[in-house]
Amino acid sequence: MTRRLIQLYSALLYNAHLKGFAEGQIYTGPLKSLCVPGLNCYSCPGAVAACPLGALQNAVAASADRPAFYVVGLLLLFSLLLGRVICGFLCPFGLLQELLHKIPTKKLQKSPLTRKLSRLKYAVLLIFVLAIPAWYAFRRLPLPGFCKFICPAGTLEGAVLLLLHPANGALRAMAGGLFWWKCAMMLLILTASVFVFRCFCRFVCPLGALYGLMAKLALLGVKLDEGRCIGCGTCLRRCPMDIRRVGDSECVHCGSCIEVCPVQAISFRAGRIVLRGPETPEKEAQS
Amino acid sequence: MKKKQALWAALFILGLALVALGILNGGARDVLAKAIRICSECIGLG
Repeated sequence: MTRRLIQLYSALLYNAHLKGFAEGQIYTGPLKSLCVPGLNCYSCPGAVAACPLGALQNAVAASADRPAFYVVGLLLLFSLLLGRVICGFLCPFGLLQELLHKIPTKKLQKSPLTRKLSRLKYAVLLIFVLAIPAWYAFRRLPLPGFCKFICPAGTLEGAVLLLLHPANGALRAMAGGLFWWKCAMMLLILTASVFVFRCFCRFVCPLGALYGLMAKLALLGVKLDEGRCIGCGTCLRRCPMDIRRVGDSECVHCGSCIEVCPVQAISFRAGRIVLRGPETPEKEAQS
Repeated sequence: MKKKQALWAALFILGLALVALGILNGGARDVLAKAIRICSECIGLG
């Protein structure tokens, strides 16, 4: 429940420019030089800050003129402080997928196949976020490959919300094949989310892939006390993501494993501070 | 554990330094310039 509230608040905070929804215009203030940690299109009428993935692609595309220090630095700080807690708590598109998955239908459970598919997002990161923008950077042609061909958040938050507004008839008139391709991608991903838990996060999202690279170092998140763990596997069975162990690169730190652990070996921590779950053995011994 | 903490601290300082360098080299301005315009790629127009 707390996590759902944090997800809702963060989605609202990312899109606090409510006037933009009414007017069909995007926010153009100075806050947009900052990036939010989660996936949230900067062309959403409500967006008050930049999308880290869009900013990264544009920084790579401009890297022939200027090294991408700023965005890389921000992403490094996000990864070190929050890691994939961002996916579990601070991503509006993750929230949307979780809500869609609540629609009562038959669900596709995780399997060795979904575990293999979870590696796909690293290929998306390499090809669409890094290689395509870098390739075109040398031709002085900015091309954010992921935003252009895949990003369902951009289509939903940017395209749908902007183009549906009556004030944006001129933009609507420009919609062509690419627009319909992106709509098809978005519908595919949203429909799949009803049947597969967080299918975009698990198989496609390059931002999650990026944050997952620093999973072992992230300050905040679900941590396993190796000394207490009896290796029963209850946490792995409970987890809806394709994790191999608690807190690994696939874990979005939702904390659903904390309650089911029979030996209270899992806790949600910020460094040494326990935010949820059992206290550390040292503290228990002292008390 | 100490090795991990040292690595974390080193990377954190690197992150801060990169952000500072990025602000100085105009990277933050680039982000702003892109984000205050409607992104035609994001909305599927070009």
